[in-house]
Amino acid sequence: MATQQTTTAGRALVAPSVILLFIWMIVPLVMTLYFSLLHYSLLDPENVSFIGLANYTSFLSDPNFLAALYNTLVLVVSVLIISVCGGILVALLMDQPVFGQNVLRLMVIAPFFVMPTVSALVWKNLLMNPDSGLFAWIAKSLGFSPVVWFTNWPMLSIIIIVSWEWLPFASLILLTALQSLDEEQKEAASLDGAGPISYFGYIVLPHIARAITVVILIETIFLLSVFAEIYVTTSGGPGVATTNIPFLVYKQALLDFDVGGASAGGIIAVILANVVAIFLMRIIGRNLEG
Amino acid sequence: MAMKKSTSERIGVTVLAWVVAFLIFFPILWTFITSFKSELDAIAMPPKFLFFHWTLENYFEVQSRSNYLRFASNSIILSVGANIIGLLFAVPAAWSMAFAPGKRTKDLLMWMLSTKMMPAVGVLVPIYLIFRNLHLLDNLIGIGIVLLLLNLPLLIWMLYTYFKEIPVDILEAARMDGASLLNEIVYVLTPMAVPGIASTMLLAIILSWNEAFWTLNLTTSNAAPLTQFIASYSAPEGFFWAKLSAASTLAIAPILILGWFSQKQLVRGLTFGAVK
Repeated sequence: MATQQTTTAGRALVAPSVILLFIWMIVPLVMTLYFSLLHYSLLDPENVSFIGLANYTSFLSDPNFLAALYNTLVLVVSVLIISVCGGILVALLMDQPVFGQNVLRLMVIAPFFVMPTVSALVWKNLLMNPDSGLFAWIAKSLGFSPVVWFTNWPMLSIIIIVSWEWLPFASLILLTALQSLDEEQKEAASLDGAGPISYFGYIVLPHIARAITVVILIETIFLLSVFAEIYVTTSGGPGVATTNIPFLVYKQALLDFDVGGASAGGIIAVILANVVAIFLMRIIGRNLEG
Repeated sequence: MAMKKSTSERIGVTVLAWVVAFLIFFPILWTFITSFKSELDAIAMPPKFLFFHWTLENYFEVQSRSNYLRFASNSIILSVGANIIGLLFAVPAAWSMAFAPGKRTKDLLMWMLSTKMMPAVGVLVPIYLIFRNLHLLDNLIGIGIVLLLLNLPLLIWMLYTYFKEIPVDILEAARMDGASLLNEIVYVLTPMAVPGIASTMLLAIILSWNEAFWTLNLTTSNAAPLTQFIASYSAPEGFFWAKLSAASTLAIAPILILGWFSQKQLVRGLTFGAVK
């Protein structure tokens, strides 16, 4: 179908984008890799030396790194569980023909459009503040003492905020998947006298299984990089209680000026994300065939 | 579900749906309400829900104290500008991949997508150092380039999936009539592609507007967009909830409205066509 001429023209049209992305991805990545093998501190920029894998060994044996790795996993897994399970329930509910369905859908999707710094600060102050926050008032009204969220439950607080941001995403994607379930299948199931639970288990769940996988993978990629929410609420604290890998790398690079160490952390983050990305790419690639 | 329902069941589901939606939306609504309170009313215990003295004072304060408009205009310049320039790269690339695919087109698409999956911290250090040396820190062009590159794979992907849906026959016909490549793009493809381009643009603007890793790390004041402006409220002095709420309302309102219009494209764009 494509003539020789159009193929050549085609290449010329794709080339600028490819070159840009190549520069954007490969060059800094190679630099990070190179820096990660150096002793290089911005506080002492004259004294740069090649130290092999020492940055990696010190990063990996740093208790802060292990804490950050653990925090990253806790954050990712908790938010995934909350947003996917919650998302399935919300999507099922929004799929019902109820009064004002369109308005409901807009309300549910709204938090996804809120910039991360806003959601974090609004939750931290207006809702979770132990003195005048709304949650404190609810707790007091019910006769409990208010929870001091960011002091006593720092990680849980971050998890709640990030889940609120991602629940709408999961709901929207799963709702879209639910809506492509054809009416005939629904009717056949109801004619066969399937109860709600077997209907969900045998018809709905298999139908949205792939959408669930996609949600999990895409969210994981974003959740591995959560930064702004931590930056404006806890700054990684108290101690390292809410320091995840992106925040640790940021701290090492821009606050401690340790270029070498931060680069090693960055490479470790890249490896982690790639493990997830490989699975996601496979699913998307399969879709591209169809 | 598919089963017939009694009226009481239907009412129950409706009420439940509204309660759930209201709870999810509540933090935004609460921010909006709080933005019209005085600082004292904002921290009042028990909270004042609707019966307080409504005032616009915070909106004026936010502007006069911290020059909100400068940050807002930076946000607009960055999110619109970076993506318009991004389109100049993405439209031709997506066009040629959709209509004149080569053997490697699929691999190329997948590779572009993979750049999206690299965590930002992986390249934070070199980008920061390069920008420092080129004096691009806290510079609109610098952060604009980053936002452009962040969105470029998404732009190409979304446009590609839209272009794929355009019937090829019509292009063949144009080609038979002797239309040149340029004419083909301008007169045939563009009119059919405009809706797809518009929704791609919408999603890209939303994502750039809310981008909060690079904007927080590479800007401080001159080129800082609203994400950085709001972050400045994380270490406040004195009472600030009402002002924070006013600033937040201003920062999210335009994008919330754009977002509501682009729900459908959002699904396609964010799943790279894996869910439609």
